[in-house]
Amino acid sequence: MSIDTRVNTLYRIGRRAGAAQPPWGAWGLRLAAITYLLVFVAVPVIVVNVEGLRPGLESFWTSLTRPAAISAIWLTIWTSAVMTVINMVMGTLTAYVLVTYRFPGKGLFNSLVDLPFAIPTLVTGVMLVLLYGPQTAIGGFFEEQLGFRIIFAPTGIVLSLLFVGYPFVIRAVQPVLLTLEANQQEAAQTLGASGWYTFRRVIFPALRPAVLTGGLLSFARALGEFGAVIVVAGNIPMRTQMATVYLYGQVEAGEMAAASAVSVVLLFIAFAITLTVDLVESRRHA
Amino acid sequence: MREIRPRTPSQWLLVAAALLYAAVLLLAPIVAIVQKALEAGVGAMLDALSEPVVLHALQITFFITLGAVAINTVMGIVIAWVLTRQRFPGKRLLNLLVDIPFVFSPVIAGYTLIVLFGRTGWFAPTLFPVVFSVPGVLIATTFVSLPFVAREVGPVLAALDREPEDAAYTIGASRWLTFRRIILPGIWPGILYGVVLTLARALGEFGAAAVAGGGIEGQTETATLFVFRALNDRNEAGAYGMSLLLGLVAILVLILMRLLRRNTVTEHSAHVDHPG
Repeated sequence: MSIDTRVNTLYRIGRRAGAAQPPWGAWGLRLAAITYLLVFVAVPVIVVNVEGLRPGLESFWTSLTRPAAISAIWLTIWTSAVMTVINMVMGTLTAYVLVTYRFPGKGLFNSLVDLPFAIPTLVTGVMLVLLYGPQTAIGGFFEEQLGFRIIFAPTGIVLSLLFVGYPFVIRAVQPVLLTLEANQQEAAQTLGASGWYTFRRVIFPALRPAVLTGGLLSFARALGEFGAVIVVAGNIPMRTQMATVYLYGQVEAGEMAAASAVSVVLLFIAFAITLTVDLVESRRHA
Repeated sequence: MREIRPRTPSQWLLVAAALLYAAVLLLAPIVAIVQKALEAGVGAMLDALSEPVVLHALQITFFITLGAVAINTVMGIVIAWVLTRQRFPGKRLLNLLVDIPFVFSPVIAGYTLIVLFGRTGWFAPTLFPVVFSVPGVLIATTFVSLPFVAREVGPVLAALDREPEDAAYTIGASRWLTFRRIILPGIWPGILYGVVLTLARALGEFGAAAVAGGGIEGQTETATLFVFRALNDRNEAGAYGMSLLLGLVAILVLILMRLLRRNTVTEHSAHVDHPG
């Protein structure tokens, strides 16, 4: 019997001894985790749905089909979708650059990627208004010379969502790129494939699930974003009012039925996204 | 993949595109606010920030953040432990629940508290005020920052070498002693990273605090809610000063994240950094 086998046997005995200890501790932890998640996460989910559907489907539908509600939900969805597309392209590009190339200032750039996670989104909104607002040099130029509004218009909304969503795709794609085999890429290039061809046929297929996950997460984040858009979007019903801002207005006004209906829709989309991400991720790791 | 120096024009173009995008999207707004805040004058900003109401808002933010971080650090470790080390029916569902605060709009989170504990809420009247008072803000903030520690500790715990732990049990160490002396040091980087993320999220929370707390001046107003009120009151020195202060804290948080990340991913980087 080698030392190794004997040590392993000891470990096994030890593990069995550990398992033979009364499992109160393990059950206690499990109970604590389950209780905490049920009270803090499951209850809010249930409450919103019950409250939204309690007045009956007809009333739910009436609240949802108010023009201001429809317009707010639609604005939220399309601006978030535009953001997601740009974010997936630029996020993949940025992650690729960060992993592939060496250039001065790269370390600083890499840590800057997390800035949107650290900065309060309300401050993001304030900053964007200060940069692109109608009274600023840039905003004034666009408005007077080109007749084009940035702040209090969809462009500003997309910009603020891009800021908030910036790290999602990059941080999802980066680790996958790091684990990609360099020789795959080199083999393709040795065989005479162009850089773009290699990226499209060899690298991108491996990245697709990560790009999708990052994009979907940033989309979900955008749907619920409030701090940045309340400053940037303005609050003109039917024109620049986002769903969360509409929701906030309804809660303030005590219009609970209207608030609940919009909440149910937003949550439904967010859950669909969470489930899709879970599916993509479990297939990737399978 | 290994790092190379960009050589061809198209490679330089890629690098330039990534840098330009980040500069326009992330850096330009920061430059704008620093410039604007300096325009308002450092003295005026400090005056605006030292008013009692503002100091109170900072205090509220401080205690709320402290509370949310404390609760979510303890519970985050417990959740990570249960999800990586235990098997039980419904575990996958529990795992899904952890991510929900990431996609749950903070405004809806605050609104849920009103439905439950508001004046005509399901559980009204409550023993002590929840909505439009500090406990409501704390609950809402705890909710929005719930996943970070659990999600950062989970993978680290899963990757932890089990042998020292088994050895400790073998020589008769209790579970608690083993956790404290063997496991905790191993998952420490994950915990710290999760704490920093929780901290950043809790400090900057706006939507949930606005709805659950109502932003009552001198009572439930947090730092971000003060910024919002100052904007509406055209109190520029206050709004930009506080934004700048929160921005500086964010940069501090970023530096912390960078330091912690370096500690946790050195193996990766060493693998990647060899000259090409």
